Amino acid sequence: MAEYQNIFTRIQVRGPAPYPGVPLPADNSPREGTAREVHLFGRLGDAQIGPIYLGYLGILSLLFGFIAFEIIGLTMLASVNWNVSEFIRQLFWLALEPPPPEYGLRIPPLNKGGWWIVAGFFLTLSMLLWWVRTYRRARQLGMGTHVAWAFAGAIWLYLVLGFIRPVAMGSWSEAVPFGIFPHLDWTAAFSIRYGNLFYNPFHALSIVFLYGSVLLFAMHAATILALGRYGGEREIEQTLDRGTAAERGGLFWRWTMGFNATFESIHRWAWWFAFLCPVTGGIGILLTGTVVDNWYLWAVDRHFAPAYVMPWTPAVDPSIVQGAPR
Amino acid sequence: MSRFTLSIAAGVVALLCGVIFVTTFERPPVLSTQGGFRGLSMGEVENPRTLPALLAANQAPEASEAADTTGPRAHEVYENIQVLRDLSEAQFNRIMLAMTEWIAPEQGCGYCHNVENMASDEVYTKVVARRMLQMTHKINSEWATHVGQTGVTCYTCHRGNAVPTMVWSTEPNSRAGLQAPRGQNHPAASVGLSSLPSDPFTPFLLGDAEIRNISTISLPGRNSQNTMSTEWTYALMMHMSTSLGVNCTYCHNSRSFAEWAQSPPARTTAWHGIRMVRDINMSYIEPLKPLWAQNPNGPAEGPHGPRLGAMGDPLKVNCSTCHQGVNRPLNGAPMLRDFPELKQVNQGPLRSADATPR
Repeated sequence: MAEYQNIFTRIQVRGPAPYPGVPLPADNSPREGTAREVHLFGRLGDAQIGPIYLGYLGILSLLFGFIAFEIIGLTMLASVNWNVSEFIRQLFWLALEPPPPEYGLRIPPLNKGGWWIVAGFFLTLSMLLWWVRTYRRARQLGMGTHVAWAFAGAIWLYLVLGFIRPVAMGSWSEAVPFGIFPHLDWTAAFSIRYGNLFYNPFHALSIVFLYGSVLLFAMHAATILALGRYGGEREIEQTLDRGTAAERGGLFWRWTMGFNATFESIHRWAWWFAFLCPVTGGIGILLTGTVVDNWYLWAVDRHFAPAYVMPWTPAVDPSIVQGAPR
Repeated sequence: MSRFTLSIAAGVVALLCGVIFVTTFERPPVLSTQGGFRGLSMGEVENPRTLPALLAANQAPEASEAADTTGPRAHEVYENIQVLRDLSEAQFNRIMLAMTEWIAPEQGCGYCHNVENMASDEVYTKVVARRMLQMTHKINSEWATHVGQTGVTCYTCHRGNAVPTMVWSTEPNSRAGLQAPRGQNHPAASVGLSSLPSDPFTPFLLGDAEIRNISTISLPGRNSQNTMSTEWTYALMMHMSTSLGVNCTYCHNSRSFAEWAQSPPARTTAWHGIRMVRDINMSYIEPLKPLWAQNPNGPAEGPHGPRLGAMGDPLKVNCSTCHQGVNRPLNGAPMLRDFPELKQVNQGPLRSADATPR
């Protein structure tokens, strides 16, 4: 049991035979392949790989995802004149940009953002199909659909950024480019254009849930690992049948924090924090440019941007001084 | 997979992370000077280890002894004097020697003159130099909003080079294909190695495209600027930041980049600087293009090197041309004070663009 006291997993759980899975309803296609065990995977999680179930949803999702991936990759490769070494060197800088503003919501030529629309279409299709797959697989296994709804939170944010808000703004050019650094530069430019997202309350909520998720995850994971010697990893049994592990974990947090979650409610906390992070973030993005054009001035209007006096004479906009140069 | 293989893999990953860490980050110490209201973290950031080298690279040369201002005027002594007519003979010779040291220390007088006939305009660089003298005079007399009383001399840009080292030209963007080029999304030194547009100079420092993106009221509907156009402004700002060796908060309170009332006074100086650079590029550099087009590799005597960019446009000025990494060019040395000759430049139209010897 001492092996459980480590931060990293040092034991590989392997039964005499791989877990065969549960019988699936009749309209499911059979799972493919045989079970294998991979040592490296066992260090990170379960060593068992396969048999796999893709079904037509999984296959279509992977296919559409691959199409989007290929379009993005090939347009990036084209932007460095099909030079593979330059492609590798510049990979983090390369992008597939949405159409320029003059096209509004019309379909532009393929090389002027049209490929962005095509790639976005296939990527969206792929994600939605994968969402249906997570929902259907959960139902077929007799599980709840919590994972699917959490995934839906992320898809909401993706759709707001790439589809719902651009449509509301009347221009594809408001969407995010595909690319590593370009999407980060886009994020900074987006915040600057709309007067500093720091003053967007939904942005603030999203950060609360983001950092809150991290904090909760750390607290929960640390608690359960620390209770390993008392069987604390058997969380669900101990939700109702509170053994010494659950009591000790609860006592620890009552002593250190004054209040504790239960073995059941901690997972609701974690789920809601994780879910609300992209949901509130998406609301904040959706309001930006559609309802509020300058978040800083919006905060000034509502008297919550702190006012202070700078140690210099306030500057005057030089462009409104008489006789100013262009 | 054995424990040994895993250790090797972990070692390789650790080494890779180490290389990225060491090559990406600047080694401390870093000193920051606070400005603005308390707690705003508006300030300048300097590394005392790299600072001496930067200061040394931006030293102004010693000024020569002041010249006698009495005696006959230059145009009475020499032929074909157009812009430095009203200097004394001693002043005229002093500024000619200074310009030689500033611009063509190796070629000497021959970089601009036919040394057999100094009055001749046959070397095109002499015609350029006249216009540059007028430009210097205009910067010092009409752009005090940017250069203050410190002023500029030829050396502020040239630094001993026939062509200033930090110049720009419009980038070719002619490749068609799966994706029409947008002028961005490639690593570009001009904008601090970001993926922002790499040539913000053509729209903003040659043209007068709108730099302002941020709305002046909180509600939408009155501002046609968008996220994409903001990336161009952002690119220009990255150029200014890297050229001056300062961060955003040198000119802006970053909580509201737009608001003037919260901005440090340096922002006003920079605003005039942008207009000054436009004036330099549009009124002085661009009109000289035909001369460079006839001599795309410099004068016959050299130094040889491109005088035009990839699109056939002249090499133009941006913030780094003068600033070269410090917020006050040449560490703020008031060179102009020592060269009163540069304040006596005739701004009248020039006669001899035909470059025929007299």
